[in-house]
Amino acid sequence: MFDFAIVTSWIDQFLRSFLSAGWTLFVEFVLIGLVILALYAVLALLLIYVERKVCAFFQCRIGPNRVGPWGVLQSVADMVKILLKELINIKRVDPFLFKAAMFLVIIASICTFGALPFARGLQTIDFNIGVFYLLAVSSLGVVGILLAGWSSNNKYTMIGAMRSGAQLISYELSAGLSLMAIVVLSGSMQLSEIVNQQAEMWFIFKGHIPAFIAFVIYLIAGHAETNRGPFDLPEAESELTAGYHTEYSGIQFGFFYLAEYLNMFIVAAIATTMFLGGWMPLHIPGWEGFNQVMDFIPSVIWFFGKAFLCVFLALWVRWSFPRLRIDQLLNLEWKVLMPISLINILLMALLVL
Amino acid sequence: MDATINLIIFYALAVVVLSMSVLAVTTKKILRAATYLLFVLIGTAGFYLMLNYHFLAAVQITVYAGGVVVLFIFAIFLVSSKGEVIEPHAKRKVVLGLLASVAGAAVVFFALFKHQFVIDSANTTMIGDQEMNMKVIGQALIGTGKYQYLLPFEILSVLLLACIIGGILIARKR
Repeated sequence: MFDFAIVTSWIDQFLRSFLSAGWTLFVEFVLIGLVILALYAVLALLLIYVERKVCAFFQCRIGPNRVGPWGVLQSVADMVKILLKELINIKRVDPFLFKAAMFLVIIASICTFGALPFARGLQTIDFNIGVFYLLAVSSLGVVGILLAGWSSNNKYTMIGAMRSGAQLISYELSAGLSLMAIVVLSGSMQLSEIVNQQAEMWFIFKGHIPAFIAFVIYLIAGHAETNRGPFDLPEAESELTAGYHTEYSGIQFGFFYLAEYLNMFIVAAIATTMFLGGWMPLHIPGWEGFNQVMDFIPSVIWFFGKAFLCVFLALWVRWSFPRLRIDQLLNLEWKVLMPISLINILLMALLVL
Repeated sequence: MDATINLIIFYALAVVVLSMSVLAVTTKKILRAATYLLFVLIGTAGFYLMLNYHFLAAVQITVYAGGVVVLFIFAIFLVSSKGEVIEPHAKRKVVLGLLASVAGAAVVFFALFKHQFVIDSANTTMIGDQEMNMKVIGQALIGTGKYQYLLPFEILSVLLLACIIGGILIARKR
């Protein structure tokens, strides 16, 4: 299987051949930043197209079909449009918080995105505390949403922000606890270590029932954390116009939009890494020939394939279920998911012992 | 050169932390103060990252930036009305506050200058090349031996539990 560390170390060697160590580091920082931002933007375009197409099929429509073959360039056209749109200055907002909020949301999302292992040897930074880092950084986004709702000086944004605050803080708990079940199983928080341990068998199979329960809980909680239906109370368009980002226009709104789509991908990617083996191919112990064949498929394809499978699950849920009420939402978290995930960790600990 | 980059990052973080902490106490709007405080806390997490103490950095971000600041913002949402501006303090309070801050600064500077920092170029932990292993921290937190923290950890948990029950009791009083 191709190891991307060959490419990255070649670039490193190449830069070191004519730059000093410090400058090499600096150039690498900039390069990695550019690559991550570019990947972020491209993935967002792809996800928006996928969402619109999948949504259309669920509703028995064709979806975007005019710009480019099968409408694949539709989201590029939309991107150009949103970049050219006027930014409307709103009176009586708190300008500093209004501007800072969208950056907080998108920076939290990019920081999480940057630490994901995309393929063999293709990981920006491999923290010893990988899983914890992902949880920590993604929890910053809620501050941005709260500030956006408050600073817009509008009752709809305010209600949206309050709802999303309650929702995100609650669902973060069971998302974290379900990931902890896998940490218990693997005995490590390092993402590369977790992926490597799934070489023989993915954790969702290795961990028997607790891993599967954790997987389902993580998908539900992660889906709720991305503020998408049936958990889209913060931006419920029928009651709150657009929730916390009602007052944002042009690319300012685009930031929230981008972050929402990429958060959906990030949740899918974390679920992939923790439960479905990350970039590891599907291996079944004993089936040597089958494992050999699976190894020929590049790791990037495995990772993105599995991540998009999870994205499809999220879209399926989104377009199939009606929106929950806020009390149902909080009951689901505190009375159902939380106890189950706590018991699940116990079960997992017993299994490991 | 590596040291230079470290120094540049350190000064950048220091400037952010210092300016944001001054802004946090001088701003007239309370929600802005909470936001500036958030930036101070993120900057502090940056210092921990520089020291390669990743665990502490992640804890700093989860607990303070993700938890405490969100709690502050919620409290502000619930108790203060829109656009409320903090009124100027009474003169006596200003004087007392100045005295308290001077006393606090004196204690900090005393500790800072009294402490003998070991500057050893051979000691790479000064630059921060070794990462603290998660396992070591976990075992220190749950161990019962010397320099291990099971008892404080449990006592703090009970304290937090008491706080939660107290909060529920106050909230449900009506």
